[in-house]
Amino acid sequence: LQFPSPPNYARDMLFFSFFKTLVGKEVVVELKNDLSICGTLHSVDQYLNMKLLDISVSDQERFPHMLSVKNCFIRGSVVRYVHLPAEHVDTQLLQDATRKEIAANKK
Amino acid sequence: QMTEEKEAPIVLGTTVEEPLDLIRLSLDERVYVKMRNDREIRGRLHAFDQHLNMVLAQAEETVTRVEMDEESFEQVYRQTKRSIPMVFVRGDCVILVSPPMRGS
Repeated sequence: LQFPSPPNYARDMLFFSFFKTLVGKEVVVELKNDLSICGTLHSVDQYLNMKLLDISVSDQERFPHMLSVKNCFIRGSVVRYVHLPAEHVDTQLLQDATRKEIAANKK
Repeated sequence: QMTEEKEAPIVLGTTVEEPLDLIRLSLDERVYVKMRNDREIRGRLHAFDQHLNMVLAQAEETVTRVEMDEESFEQVYRQTKRSIPMVFVRGDCVILVSPPMRGS
């Protein structure tokens, strides 16, 4: 039996690393069911599951489900968009990291 | 040998071997993204991965809905647009990525 050797540059980590830089910042997570949740990003994992603190829901009349909820865990797979604070995004760094990620994931 | 392997074409100084290499050419350029549920986004591409998760800047989302006129019973296509300064798009919604079409 042979175990695969660990990669020099971790695959699949680009957006995980990116979201880690946004911990503590306010984001709006838009789900595939059209619910939008605004909150402070507390944590993220490799699946891009997210935990948000002090949340508020965009359309409270349509989605009263979360009126008493302060913090929530969001499964990565139900996310459609995450609206990001542009001032906290380093676009040059993102582009450079993307080029490395694509090269690392070449077959 | 029935078929010969062509050498990978060189575009703008880098080799283009896989479909993802084609998208890489669009980094820092505006792109058009067709998504599921009759959505489209245009924006400047800053990051993507092999799942087609993306970060777009100065993005505009277009949602196309079909409404039925109650009196005439004809179907009307309505488009709703939204501007998003900086957005992460999850790859499992993406159908295709391309350079923007002429006139956009």
